Amino acid sequence: MSELTQESRRNFMKLFAVAGGGLVLGFNSTSSIASGLGLIDGSNLPAAAIDFNSYLSISPENIITILSPNPELGQNIKTSFPMIVAEELDADWTKVKVVQAPLDTNKFERQVTGGSGAVPHSWERLRKAGATARQMLMEAAAKRWNVSANSLSTENGMVVHATSDRKLSYGELAIEASKLPVPTDVKLKDNKDFKLIGTAVRNVDNHEMITGKPLYGLDVYKEGMLFAVIQRPEAFGMKLKSVDAAKAKALPGIVDVVTFGNNVAVVGKSTWQVMKARKELKIAYEPDEALESSADHDRLFKELLNSPEATVRRKDGDVEAAFKNAAKVIKSEYQCPFLSHSPMEPMNFFAHVRPDGVELAGPTQTPQRARDMVAKLLDIAPEKITLELTRLGGGFGRRLSADYVLEAAELSSIIKAPVKVIWSREDDMSGGTYRPAVRYRFEAALDAKGNMIGYKLRGVGINSGNPTREDNFPSGAVENLLIDSVEHKSPITTGPWRAPITNFLAFAEQAFLDEVAQAAKKDPVQFRLELLDKAKKTPVGEIKYDIDRMRGVIELASEKSNWGKKKGVHQGFSVYFSHRSYVAQVAEVKLVKSVPVVEKVYAAADCGIVVNLSGAYQQVRGGIVDGLGHAMYSKLSFKDGAVEQKNFNNYRLIRLKEVPEIDVHFVNNGIDPTGLGEPALPPTGGAVANAIFKATGKRLRNQPFMEQPELKGGKVI
Amino acid sequence: MATYKLQINGRSYEVDVEPDTPLLWVLRDNLGLVGTKYGCGIAQCGACTVHVNGNAMRSCVYPVSAAASAKITTIEGLSEAGDHPVQLAWDEVDVAQCGYCQAGQIMTATALLNKNQKPTAEEIDNAMNGNICRCGTYHRIREAVALAATKLK
Repeated sequence: MSELTQESRRNFMKLFAVAGGGLVLGFNSTSSIASGLGLIDGSNLPAAAIDFNSYLSISPENIITILSPNPELGQNIKTSFPMIVAEELDADWTKVKVVQAPLDTNKFERQVTGGSGAVPHSWERLRKAGATARQMLMEAAAKRWNVSANSLSTENGMVVHATSDRKLSYGELAIEASKLPVPTDVKLKDNKDFKLIGTAVRNVDNHEMITGKPLYGLDVYKEGMLFAVIQRPEAFGMKLKSVDAAKAKALPGIVDVVTFGNNVAVVGKSTWQVMKARKELKIAYEPDEALESSADHDRLFKELLNSPEATVRRKDGDVEAAFKNAAKVIKSEYQCPFLSHSPMEPMNFFAHVRPDGVELAGPTQTPQRARDMVAKLLDIAPEKITLELTRLGGGFGRRLSADYVLEAAELSSIIKAPVKVIWSREDDMSGGTYRPAVRYRFEAALDAKGNMIGYKLRGVGINSGNPTREDNFPSGAVENLLIDSVEHKSPITTGPWRAPITNFLAFAEQAFLDEVAQAAKKDPVQFRLELLDKAKKTPVGEIKYDIDRMRGVIELASEKSNWGKKKGVHQGFSVYFSHRSYVAQVAEVKLVKSVPVVEKVYAAADCGIVVNLSGAYQQVRGGIVDGLGHAMYSKLSFKDGAVEQKNFNNYRLIRLKEVPEIDVHFVNNGIDPTGLGEPALPPTGGAVANAIFKATGKRLRNQPFMEQPELKGGKVI
Repeated sequence: MATYKLQINGRSYEVDVEPDTPLLWVLRDNLGLVGTKYGCGIAQCGACTVHVNGNAMRSCVYPVSAAASAKITTIEGLSEAGDHPVQLAWDEVDVAQCGYCQAGQIMTATALLNKNQKPTAEEIDNAMNGNICRCGTYHRIREAVALAATKLK
């Protein structure tokens, strides 16, 4: 049996008490999405069902409904969360209905999608939810048959008394079971008894997605709803000076043009009408702050790298002495551009601010934060705000920010009408919370035997916060180490972008370690393993990564890729720890007419127990495609505060023909899940750049690769 | 504003919109057919793909005035029960992550298979390369198109 902490048990019981005692509750979704087309999902839910706890209800008709509280943006949480409950319940998966829960801070906690944290955070809680209900159902059957609960078992949604060959479905027992006291100490399954966890289960929304049912924020259409687009300043650092909206207002379908803050909102009766009328606005802006260009940032990076005033993030030993005594010093700089999140569904939100409360609906990774910020903005109690969570057409961190929710709420409060604010793709790309542009300088000191005796990293970035992860590998394995950073504050807004900071830091670090291994005349894999050995035997300072887990993925990736033993291909290695999980990758590059072509990527991932094999496999593959695509092609640059790429015609995303074969393997170590939404992305750039070096002798140190002189005319298929 | 008679998914609709309104927004705002998605508005991503007289078409740049005499199929009209071979293949391969681009992917794949029942891997790649999937489900898209081809009658 798994250990539960006192705190998690208390939280669980608190959640349980909300609906304890067999509350009869109809799961009537309040959604009126695309009126006449049905509900978001779960449209055929039973009218009345017995609520066992916050996650689970069972109807007398034997329909098991599992609520999925966290925002679904493609990380497959809406399938994997219910699988965990259903596993411990021993439910018949084919009879399980999954429903997206709205924001409910009484029933759920951490209704957030971010940090690859949902499954690690809720693992025990969800298992207990299923196991507790299962035990109550068994108790109910024991009472009815007048036998001991110990003589009963469960399978596939039935309680079974093997001795008398009797069976009852959970539905038949639901009412009686719900009246029983809630057990406080239930036994969880041994991992080896999992039937559902670890199998490939198809996405619960497949049917809705492949038939075009309304699921997403942009699919929200409500009674009396108006449509709006907002013209925001075209450059970061500009503010609104004056607006002439006369021509726009006169166009058909336009209800109003409203100014608030630096925003000019065109409100009307259809999307196209407001998009068209927006073009007729005559707006003047004036500078409010510096209007920065990418050329300014390049110059700034050089200054900041030499700035005497840096924030020290980690310091071990005497780094100056180590470099003075070094037999060899390796020094390199790496740089990445800003990136847009560009989820396929642009930002949007619905808001209806009424005197008695607020209705919000749409795609957000942080519904509670969005609600609380709206409450503060409008000065009303959070309890008076409902937030209906739609499926998210991607997020990648962009929807952690609530700016677009606040805009919709503010606009609705001004026009006193229900309104959906739609961002065009150009709005989405030019009004982002971007992955910050960052430059790193790495320095390594080797002794005469090729041991790394000193390591320095300075990270400088534009609104990057701390662009280092000072306690990550190789910290702990080097006696003399200094990691520091300098940040430039800019009007350009930045924010978390899938695998924040590590999405580029991992590339830079893993490519640099390759350079050091080469200088030390060591095999890159062997070099890393030696460092890990050192960290294990003679740790320097605090070590915050798991040496054995990192070693595990290194060894698995080496084995599966036949590292170092293949002829005719050039292999590059990379390994990274992020968000509690470990992923090693080997990229294989071939020279085709002297052009490097990425043919295959092997991945070995340790995310603990894999919940849904289908979803997990695709998380790794998708993460690699994401990491490869942005390393190769994507760049957002600025001229006088304005983005220079506003749509997919010049902001390049990876396409189908450009993805290599990807071979995914999981470490099977039985530890509780540690998250998989992000960790597969960071290692990819390094593995690919290191393989390209092997193939061509050219080091790629800046992204996107395709714009570097080393790869002009190069291509990836 | 003008009135247009549209043939969509075997049904007749009448809408009163401006002539330059893209078919995409007529489908979504006027007819409630929201399976067709807005992604870029400039025919770069393929999320809005529908069939016009059997051909894959980007509805975000296709004005309603041009659609008046055409036979239009959207994701909602691909099959009654969601059991078109391409839809079945998409489910079986478990293609979707966020799912937002997938209706457009399915419509592009279906248009390909309507013309070429046994596409080669290269022909699949060429046909599908115009549709962006930001989640990176490309491997499964390839696999699903090939699987769908085996399911065609």
